[in-house]
Amino acid sequence: MKAKHQRLVLALFAVAGIAGAGVLGASALRDEAAYFRTPVEIKGGKAAVGEPMRLGGMVALGSIARQSDGLTIRFVATDGKASVPVEYKGIVPDLFGEESGMVADGRMRADGTFVADRILAKHDERYMPPQMGEMPKNMKAPAVT
Amino acid sequence: MHAYANPTRFLAIARPLTRWLLGVGLLLVLAGAWAGLTQVPGDYKQGETARILYVHVPAAWLGMGGWTSLALAGLIQMVWRHPLSGIAARAIAVPGMLFTALCLATGSIWGKPTWGTWWEWDGRMTSMLVLLFLYAGFIALTNGDEGQRQGGSLSRGAAIYALVGAINIPIINRSVVWWNSLHQGPSITLRGSSIDNALLWPLGLTLLGFSLLFGAIVLMRMRRIIADNRVAARLRRLADDEGN
Repeated sequence: MKAKHQRLVLALFAVAGIAGAGVLGASALRDEAAYFRTPVEIKGGKAAVGEPMRLGGMVALGSIARQSDGLTIRFVATDGKASVPVEYKGIVPDLFGEESGMVADGRMRADGTFVADRILAKHDERYMPPQMGEMPKNMKAPAVT
Repeated sequence: MHAYANPTRFLAIARPLTRWLLGVGLLLVLAGAWAGLTQVPGDYKQGETARILYVHVPAAWLGMGGWTSLALAGLIQMVWRHPLSGIAARAIAVPGMLFTALCLATGSIWGKPTWGTWWEWDGRMTSMLVLLFLYAGFIALTNGDEGQRQGGSLSRGAAIYALVGAINIPIINRSVVWWNSLHQGPSITLRGSSIDNALLWPLGLTLLGFSLLFGAIVLMRMRRIIADNRVAARLRRLADDEGN
């Protein structure tokens, strides 16, 4: 075996070792590195009352209800398997809306409502023109609501 | 491959190639920016904001592609001792770091109006920031005493660092799949694109354009390192002559 081949084999072993270590590390971090918890995880008992955490899910259709003080909103966050009611007082990002993703910082209240201090909007990986090509050329794109 | 170990032969190709990459790259980036800003409609949900993807996506691709090629150069240096591999790795590090920073900056600017935050510690953003620090580490490592190495080759330490750092690349790529994150999942996969064709085509222009510019910057930096090496070698010879 020439020295060059020896070095190649050694380097390939080292790369395989590093890759293995990386995969092991990444899978060990599976829960820790998650940015938020889903409603099914919270329903599954992964949420102590009062513990600061992040909840992520879709805003259920027809669930956003503005309260009488004009600032507080309530809605239902769902992941298709479970859903959690959320209460939030403040201004939401422009992209926040029903049937759209959101992430909320906050804590569970004893009555099973998630009280959020902050809400971020999540969007999906699809990008397309508004109304998919039906828009006349001289018309401007409608404002995003 | 070792034919190009001769710097003169490499330079004979690199010189005209630099000019072409620079010219065509600039043209494509300008065309892509023009098309992305004026010729395509805004996104159905994000409106005009989504147009930043024509810079953000190429920046991310080049930041990650940069480290991939840097690690390959490190591997070639370690196994085949090719004289240009160390020079290439050094040359890639700076534009790689630049595009990684550009990706983080445009991502932050994009995040505020869409997500509602400049920065969050989710898997995608954190692993991309780690890539920025990896570049900074590599540049620091190869610029100290290392910078004086004859012929611009990498030390074994720097080559190993380049290889070990490469583990971060698949982590960045998979971060939005393995862990739930604020960043959305991949839009462009082997199965196709979830960016509609009406919005996709300027991305092709800027992606190719920025890649050509990246290539031009790498070639320019390689030529500069080779020139530096020649100056250093000549000075050494002069000093030796005076010593005798």
